Amino acid sequence: MSAAPSSPRYATPATDSIMTAEHVVKQFGGLVAVNDVSVTIPRLSIVSIIGPNGAGKTTFFNMLTGLYKPTAGRISFDGRDVTHARPDRITKLGVARTFQNIRLFGAMTALENVMIGRNSRLHTGLFGAIVRTPRARREEREVRERAQEVLEYVGVHQGANRLATNLSYGDQRRVEIARALASDPKLLLLDEPTAGMNPRESDELTEFMRRMRDELSLTILLIEHDMKVVMGVSERVTVLDHGEKIAEGDPPTVRANPAVIEAYLGKPPEDG
Amino acid sequence: MSELAAQLSEWRAAVSARLPPWWPRALAIALLAFGVVFPFLFAQTSDFLNATIIALSYVVFALGLNIVVGFAGLLDLGYVAFFALGAYTVGWLGSGFFFKANVHVLVNSFASSLPGVHLNFVLILIAAVIIASVAGIIIGAPTLRLRGDYIAIVTLGFGEIIRVIAVNGQDIHIFGGGQTLTAGEIGITPVDPVYLPGIGTFDQLHLRPWYWVVFVLVLIVLFVNVRLRDSRLGRAWIALREDEVAAISMGIPAVRTKLLAYATGAAFGGMAGAFLGAYYNEVNSDQFAFGFSIFVLAMVIVGGLGSIWGVTLGALLLSYINYYIIPQVLNTLPSKFGLNFQLTDVEFGIFGFLLVLVMILRPQGLIPERRRQLELTEGIGEIEVKEPAL
Repeated sequence: MSAAPSSPRYATPATDSIMTAEHVVKQFGGLVAVNDVSVTIPRLSIVSIIGPNGAGKTTFFNMLTGLYKPTAGRISFDGRDVTHARPDRITKLGVARTFQNIRLFGAMTALENVMIGRNSRLHTGLFGAIVRTPRARREEREVRERAQEVLEYVGVHQGANRLATNLSYGDQRRVEIARALASDPKLLLLDEPTAGMNPRESDELTEFMRRMRDELSLTILLIEHDMKVVMGVSERVTVLDHGEKIAEGDPPTVRANPAVIEAYLGKPPEDG
Repeated sequence: MSELAAQLSEWRAAVSARLPPWWPRALAIALLAFGVVFPFLFAQTSDFLNATIIALSYVVFALGLNIVVGFAGLLDLGYVAFFALGAYTVGWLGSGFFFKANVHVLVNSFASSLPGVHLNFVLILIAAVIIASVAGIIIGAPTLRLRGDYIAIVTLGFGEIIRVIAVNGQDIHIFGGGQTLTAGEIGITPVDPVYLPGIGTFDQLHLRPWYWVVFVLVLIVLFVNVRLRDSRLGRAWIALREDEVAAISMGIPAVRTKLLAYATGAAFGGMAGAFLGAYYNEVNSDQFAFGFSIFVLAMVIVGGLGSIWGVTLGALLLSYINYYIIPQVLNTLPSKFGLNFQLTDVEFGIFGFLLVLVMILRPQGLIPERRRQLELTEGIGEIEVKEPAL
């Protein structure tokens, strides 16, 4: 992925976690959306955050990507403190995300959407754009080719030049992943990627997540409602309820945890 | 109605399929050549040539505003501020207004003999661009955390602040000894006419040179607009316009990107303002009313938000209606029907009516932006976006 060696100052700690959140709190006025949540995401793992609706999962995501500033606590990525970093800085460091309700740029084509994802890796400024310097020209050509490649990679083979809003639902989801991948992330945050998918599509996506992790050396953090996906793909699961972390561990442990069963399912399973 | 539209678009598709691939380039060259020889079709002092010069200045204004409103989606209602700053740059740096100073840079022998600051027009244009873009950033900065309507209110306020400073500037004493900031409603006049070394000094009886200067300005602005639209920056502007949260999550630095839009848009406003100040030979605070901002915004909307060629057309159309057709051609029309008023008395009514008409019949603008056109037509015709022609 990134060819540049990280400077010694920011050498990765021995634990080799790519992102850690320590005692993170987010308050909106009187509402505590996330309360004292600590999560560690090991490098090259697939980690899930689950919880009932309104548990604070997306709020937590938004803090990791810099959209919200935590009220208290500390977030670090790749050895750097990013608690108060701007979203575009965090993207540049190597965090990319998708959204729960697809947020593609409606007036842009699928290809242009993916090109936007690569924005943080480009250098052309006002002058370069107006004069169209050789460097700017080369960069434009490269970003176009790269975007096309990424679209192919996620499985959008047609319609790169169609408006993103006119693609099928599944393709829109894929374009959103492509847009995130275009920034060469180290950590990919997926907010309910299988929402609205049928079981076969969910299975494909689960398989694709593993492939991305292996081929692109990615770490993936997932918010997901589909338990089959969560239990099938995750190495660790964190459970949030009412903004608090109530359980954490590998899928079998979490599944067996009575607190999770109570919070998440509301009642014990009838038939194991 | 819709059948007719379908038939028209079918014919249009048939025509464009038969045109050779180089035709947009050929059309551009033909238009360019026509633009260059255009003033020879009219007398040096013709009213139509005068209206054309003003119309082309408004093209520069409208294309500047189009970057802010059309590309970046920041509704700026205070664009008149940049007209004022550009015009005052001419007033300050190209007239005898600072009567105690004695600065002359590359001006003709007559201006060299006068007191005041007299810089060459090209230098003034550059100064106007710099002053206006700095002002654009200053005015833009407080709006960065705002969205939509709120941006409109703040920028409207800034536009008014600049106007009020211009009006009251005659009582603002600077440097001591009777020197004021502006000449308010009395106006700074005369202003140095444009002087280009090797070409000569312009005057009000020979309009062709003025035309060519503003024509060159329009070409520069068109070029910059096209280049920016098809660049990383242009994409970032559109992404911010479409969905700010998604855009910043994708790594677009919102502050920097928005300020660049404000600064570039303002730069063109300052440029056109400086030109009009010199052309009108007067810089008067009356010129900088709120209506100007709305007039330019109307050009952008009528032409098609974000569409470079649409906005150009919109600016030409509205300017010609306002500065030529109503006052020169149709002004005496009511009297021919025995009515006792002139058309200029009701020009606001006419304008309002035309705007309403456009919004009902063609809400996307005269030449919609490629993207908006797609939004409206795709799914019916399944057309693919082609690379921009120019």
